[in-house]
Amino acid sequence: MTPPRDIGLRNRRTVRWEAVPRASIDTFAAEIDEAVREGWRLASLCGLPEGPDGLCLLAVLADDQGGALTATSTVVGAEYPAVSRGCPQAALFEREIAEQCGSLPRGHPALKPLRRHPPDHAPASWRAKTVDREGYPFSHVGGDDVHEVAVGPVHAGIIEPGHFRFQAYGEEVLALDIMLGYQHRGVERLLETHDLVRAVLVAESIAGDTVIGHAEAFCGAIEALARSHKTARAQAVRAVALELERLANHIGDLGAMAGDVAYQPAAAFLGRWRGECLNLLMTLSGNRYGRGLIRPGGVAFDLEPSMASDMRDRLERLREELAPILRMMFENASVQARFEGVGAVPRELCDALGLVGLTARACDVGRDVRHDHPYGAFRFAHVPVATAWAGDVLARALVRRAEIQRSLDFVIEQLDALPKRAIRTDCGALRPNELAVAMSEGWRGEIVHVIVTEAEGRIRRCKVKDPSFHNWAALTLAMAGNQISDFPLCNKSFNLSYAGHDL
Amino acid sequence: MFDFLRARLRHGTSTSRFPYGGVDLPERFRGRPVLDAGRCGSRCAECAGRAPSQVVRAGHGDDVALDLGACLFSPEEALACPHGAIAYSRDHRMATSSRNALVSPTGAVPLAAALDERTRRLFGRSLRLRSVAAGSCNGCEAELVSLGNVVFDLARFGVQFVASPRHADGIVVTGAVSTNMRTALEKTYEAVPPPKLVIAVGACAISGGPFRGSPEVGNGVGDILPVDLWIPGCPPHPFTTLDGILRLLGIVEGGDR
Repeated sequence: MTPPRDIGLRNRRTVRWEAVPRASIDTFAAEIDEAVREGWRLASLCGLPEGPDGLCLLAVLADDQGGALTATSTVVGAEYPAVSRGCPQAALFEREIAEQCGSLPRGHPALKPLRRHPPDHAPASWRAKTVDREGYPFSHVGGDDVHEVAVGPVHAGIIEPGHFRFQAYGEEVLALDIMLGYQHRGVERLLETHDLVRAVLVAESIAGDTVIGHAEAFCGAIEALARSHKTARAQAVRAVALELERLANHIGDLGAMAGDVAYQPAAAFLGRWRGECLNLLMTLSGNRYGRGLIRPGGVAFDLEPSMASDMRDRLERLREELAPILRMMFENASVQARFEGVGAVPRELCDALGLVGLTARACDVGRDVRHDHPYGAFRFAHVPVATAWAGDVLARALVRRAEIQRSLDFVIEQLDALPKRAIRTDCGALRPNELAVAMSEGWRGEIVHVIVTEAEGRIRRCKVKDPSFHNWAALTLAMAGNQISDFPLCNKSFNLSYAGHDL
Repeated sequence: MFDFLRARLRHGTSTSRFPYGGVDLPERFRGRPVLDAGRCGSRCAECAGRAPSQVVRAGHGDDVALDLGACLFSPEEALACPHGAIAYSRDHRMATSSRNALVSPTGAVPLAAALDERTRRLFGRSLRLRSVAAGSCNGCEAELVSLGNVVFDLARFGVQFVASPRHADGIVVTGAVSTNMRTALEKTYEAVPPPKLVIAVGACAISGGPFRGSPEVGNGVGDILPVDLWIPGCPPHPFTTLDGILRLLGIVEGGDR
């Protein structure tokens, strides 16, 4: 078979909706299957009602080596033969489609609820389904000495709600089921129905630790549909904000991981420096998480020369202070002993499931939107992709450490040479009947916003994919064969978003 | 070990002097919103239609009022007034004891009062809280985590987050209360032995925040549990939360506007 047809779709570019190939469900499934075998990745797969009785399935495929995207579509009814029968990458997406749109993927390998809510994207004539929000088919392991441990949704720390069900033999975890959906707020529907000003505020609240990442991807798709051209200055400010967000979270995560293995000195220092990075975002945007900064057409706040030079000084100082603490932490024998070999994700599964972000990079898969599908300031200034190979807690810590250093280098370089010009241009009306895909590399990994417009230029469908959507599966895989007592550390080493998954 | 001690000596103390000063917020910080009555001469209430949230309440006679509990602290909400009467101050203090207290014609709110003498004797020097996130974005939780870092250091006031509601004197609720989380929230509250407190943190927990109107969430925790302290913000700055909790415990007082 031939590689997927190039229809001119790229990161933050649009294609006319008519230009998206339409195939029968069998051809659609075969095309996706074939493309994935050839190294493409299923970046998004979603359902959008078409007419009163049809459901259009839209697949967005990414070629990370070639920097290309493509899309294909089909129309199905209330049931269809599952794409995931041949392509495991589609399995989660099809669980989502079954729940959101109410169409049943026949032959799905593990059809379970994903977020437990009634369909909100089903064709108008389909009968509303009632949903059992409490019932969930947990897997069970038989045997006299096998016991079950249930944790959540209310956890021990200050974290979001989720339910974990371990099947354990002594301390050893045989299987882990993760039941999510407690944070489901109906975000996609709000993005589709609100006016743009309110929608951006919702986009900033998809995941509160990834304000810049999600707002940037949402605005990227909107700007592509409105043919709005951002100035180089706006792009540079956005890139600086994105990297500050990465710095804050990576530093905070390393601190929390140090705390989980009782290496308190690093936990204390890194906790403070996380705050330093958030404070830099606050100096720029008025909010510690960068809310209010990213707006369609550019940014709402400028990074003035005096602010830039002050930020530069503070980051230089941070770089200088951070290095010895990180060295002490990574050279500490007890830290090494607790990080190494725990929670390893096998690389084959990383490929099969299409894992993204630092989880993938810790398995030696050099996948990074900033590098593979460059956009904005990342087209001109490259951030080297950081990888490690073992796929364990240590590897994820090492990737964070390398990314902290590279983000610091990148931001300082940008601050030294901020392009002049305005920070915001007008963002006009959205073009009707178009498909836009905007990806950005949030600190957890690839964020994908897919927007399809209807005849009047309103948003017909907005599909959001947080990196956590795929990567929660990695945590289940990583726990098998490990001790229950290693779960907090293992969980923290991924630090996935419940809100980003639950939407 | 010596490396660590050297680093430790070099860094000195980083804990803020709060509540004795130590709050240094940047120029652009969006704190308590204020409505300038002088500029809002015409009471046109256009702002109510233009604001991307329910921050402006119009329709009580001729009055226009600001609802801090619905404020998302976005630049657009301040721009909603065509006469420029709405602006953000740099004041971080805005926690109140009642929902109604968050609504005022000027944005000046009566800050939270201390608990009654008896409850304060119980909790004043040792308050244990359990965090419950129920339909949030994790922004408020991230700021609650920040309260534990060396800068804000909540524990120096005897306040701690604990692992179980059974060990707690109250719960801190974040999020608009999603349908999927409602039962768990109610059960957690029930599991806390009385007397117990409920603290609502952030725009979502107070009014539904940016998710208000979605069929998958409620309009905050106030419809479900009796709330003792309301802390506005999106998310509230750690100093806002700290100020609110310390007022509740009677450690900080005064400064009402």
